[in-house]
Amino acid sequence: MKTICTSIIGFGAIGQGVAEVLLSKKEYLESLDLDVRVIAVVDSRGATIDPAGVDLAACLTRKRETGTVALEKISGLEVIKTLDHELVIETTPTNIETGGAGLLNMMAAFETGKDVVTSNKGPLTLKYRELQKAAKASGSKFRFEATVGGSMPVINLVNEVLAGNEVRSIKGILNGTCNYILSRMLEEKASYTDILAESMELGIAETDPSYDVEGIDTACKLVILANALFGLEATYKDVEVTGITKITPDALEMARENGYVIKLIGEVSRERLLVAPRLVPINHPLAVGGTLNVASVETELAGEITVTGKGAGPIETASAVLSDLISIYREC
Amino acid sequence: MRISMDLELKDVPGQMLLALQPLSECRANLITVVHHHQKRTPRNTMPVQLVLETKPENLELLKARLEANGVRVVRVGEHRFRESISVVLIGHVIHTGIQDTINRIDKTGFAEVVDLSLSMPGIEMPSSALIKIDAVGKEEIQQALAILKDVSAKKDLLMVLPIGIQA
Repeated sequence: MKTICTSIIGFGAIGQGVAEVLLSKKEYLESLDLDVRVIAVVDSRGATIDPAGVDLAACLTRKRETGTVALEKISGLEVIKTLDHELVIETTPTNIETGGAGLLNMMAAFETGKDVVTSNKGPLTLKYRELQKAAKASGSKFRFEATVGGSMPVINLVNEVLAGNEVRSIKGILNGTCNYILSRMLEEKASYTDILAESMELGIAETDPSYDVEGIDTACKLVILANALFGLEATYKDVEVTGITKITPDALEMARENGYVIKLIGEVSRERLLVAPRLVPINHPLAVGGTLNVASVETELAGEITVTGKGAGPIETASAVLSDLISIYREC
Repeated sequence: MRISMDLELKDVPGQMLLALQPLSECRANLITVVHHHQKRTPRNTMPVQLVLETKPENLELLKARLEANGVRVVRVGEHRFRESISVVLIGHVIHTGIQDTINRIDKTGFAEVVDLSLSMPGIEMPSSALIKIDAVGKEEIQQALAILKDVSAKKDLLMVLPIGIQA
């Protein structure tokens, strides 16, 4: 049995989802000869630490009841720098302006020779090359499937399953909130403002929805895909971005009468990174509804491959984190 | 422009080459060839139908070269409006002089606005329009879109294009 000492840095919805999945998949992981031992769980107020393995169920209960997992006043960065472990699961909130704590955590993990699995887009959008360089320098593994499309596999699909294919372009719906809003506007013939309010009430849109509806989130994911799969050195500034705030119910209805739905589509190729509302034929593989994400990968040998799945949600995102974790240690 | 052409070939070997060579010499782009092996005309020749793209000024030379090769050119017709596109425009579409935009596209001669649906929910509210454009080829669709893009940028309209189309 191979023991992997792990920290979970960031214990919001995603971090808790990871803890739940690690608990429910304990036996399965053992069947792969993997004993994933979480030695520290950290949130913004402090940490629970036990080198023999923290009790994840107790952490989840404490977080629910008291709002924090903290038993000791110690930051994620200190945990990464001072505690001996192999893997950092980085699930702190994304910050696309500075990279936030996530960037510092990831760099510290690589400097101390640790592997990183993350769901945090910000640092990858801003400093992809630097992070990859740091990971390479220390021989660390760096996986980030959960940053694009939640549970829907795109990065590993291209890098592993479609290995050997030259990828020409990827097009898709990479933001569930926008997809929900556009789908509901069409169903209810309701205005953007009304459906946005409904989405906020349901927790599908954030209190400040601009990150989603202005296309920023989709653009960040395109940057990650451009860098990770096309070998580009793209940043957010390279993306032409138009959001969905101007879309009217009349436009959606007219499009439908002519056999189209309107979707916020992100497109990446070597030539162009573009986020814009697009007319998608109703029976096209990309015309998925609700909060679903979808991506169509155009490859040289395999032709077009389309995947769809839930783009958000703690357990769905944790699924991508888990598969990254398994793929790192199963292959060793 | 896109041209359809009906030819008649003699029923002896090597005739197809004589029919295609002038196309290459006149830099015409061959789109389709339908060769009716089983059919015979009353003149005992074989009918062949071509669709090709060429510059209008090269057409007479092409016909002359075909005839010189012994290939009979029975019919030449401009093949109009093979491509079609729908575009949604959102914003103050009416105030932008939509008629003027349509005229600009129609005046090109290679593209035409064939349908326009318009919805105006209120005076201060943005309108939505769905415009269908037909054009003789893909390149001409792009040129029509460039006109729409220009208008959209100037009048702050959101232009929603079909997936896979770049303006």
